Amino acid sequence: MKRVVITGAGTINALGLNVADTMAAMREGVCGIGQLKFRDVERLSIQIGGQVQDFPPEGQYNRQQLSLYDRFTQFTLAAADEAIRQSGLIFSGELSAKSGVVLGTAGGGVSTWDDNYRAVYEEGKNRVHPFVVPKLMNNAAASHLSMEYNLKGPSFTVSTACASSNHAMAQAFAMVRSGMAPPMVTGGSESMLCFGGVKAWEGLRVMSRDACRPFSANRNGMVQGEGAGIFVFEDYDHARGRGADILCEVVGFAMTSDASDIVTPSKSGAARAMAGALADARINPDQVGYINAHGTGTAANDKTECAAVADVFGPHADRLMISSTKSMHGHLIGGTGAVELLACIMALRDGIIAPTIGYQEPDPECALDVVPNEARDATVTYALSNAFAFGGMNAVIAMRAV
Amino acid sequence: MSIQDQVIAILADQAVLEPADVSMTSTLEDLGIDSMGVVESIFAIEETFDISVPFNANQPDASDFDISSVASIVAGIERLKAEQG
Repeated sequence: MKRVVITGAGTINALGLNVADTMAAMREGVCGIGQLKFRDVERLSIQIGGQVQDFPPEGQYNRQQLSLYDRFTQFTLAAADEAIRQSGLIFSGELSAKSGVVLGTAGGGVSTWDDNYRAVYEEGKNRVHPFVVPKLMNNAAASHLSMEYNLKGPSFTVSTACASSNHAMAQAFAMVRSGMAPPMVTGGSESMLCFGGVKAWEGLRVMSRDACRPFSANRNGMVQGEGAGIFVFEDYDHARGRGADILCEVVGFAMTSDASDIVTPSKSGAARAMAGALADARINPDQVGYINAHGTGTAANDKTECAAVADVFGPHADRLMISSTKSMHGHLIGGTGAVELLACIMALRDGIIAPTIGYQEPDPECALDVVPNEARDATVTYALSNAFAFGGMNAVIAMRAV
Repeated sequence: MSIQDQVIAILADQAVLEPADVSMTSTLEDLGIDSMGVVESIFAIEETFDISVPFNANQPDASDFDISSVASIVAGIERLKAEQG
């Protein structure tokens, strides 16, 4: 079994167009959620989200690329550029043949579906652009990333709703740990902030109209975000051998299925995933200093997640810190675990715990240290990142400071 | 059909019961309608009466639409029809 470390990180999300800006915003408790801006937004009852600003695709991509890159692919490539550049890896020869990319997304090219349905149904057109299918397919981002960086090893896309990127990163971790691939590029991306994407979520009646306030007694729902997080997971010896800068180590993961309800979360499914990640990493519950919560800000998730943490960690649940950065960047659905991994890296490497902002009233059902409203300095050796998806599919990743 | 009869038909359909088994004092819980069933029922009410119902599943008690019984739902629809009609 190989040790697995992270040697590159990149992102684009409502808090920033790169890792440094995103972490600075997390330290300062910046809220990236605001009024949505896109066509027909006035017909939505939910009009807020964590939308990426100042990212005009024109100028970054040429006409041919724009005809093939949905916004979720654009986000992926922007984040991958930062991550792979930081890693210093250049993929050629045998390294290229063995290295691959595993990404998560829930919806893939949602705005491409939306735009083209609009064209044929609303505008009555009988013709769509020839590249609609390769633009909207869920693996488009992984495919373009592999082409851009010459990644010819195991590559695919994982789709498990809100746990997609955690499942993807768990796969990449397993491949590097087993020795199958020396590095893997991994993470996730999502771009559902268009009329059809938000309209579909509105129907569930779980969205907030004003703010994402995880764990706060007056929370009233989730807020969508968009963006991508991309990482280079690398064999520790390979990384050390080339003198790479190591951000942190990935030490374990677990995946579980609730097998119970299509939307309602299960305490035991979440608890089994956290306990499984600890067992896989061979660590005791009391070694964990920080959990990046799934923390959606819905009534159901937050109380269920806190109860699961209490079950797994026992008395230590009251000593560890748990925060939800969705309060700042929104819920990136299939990309959310990837952006949230940055909060774990910040905790492990920089000793700064990202806060849960928007926290106003304690909830006895969420009576943990949720790092309310202000970041905190703390030395953390081990961290967990939780993702619990609709459909009852859960994935938890364990990391260690290096 | 009256508003009351239409609401009873919607809830009976959701609960897989006969309309005769749904009374004005029934609660959604009595009828075995869970949180997803509530959201579906409200959608059906909006479609049937062409109204927009303010309801957030995170805060059912804080919503401006009282779903505590069949009678309260009927009253809420009458009010919304008057406001939105």
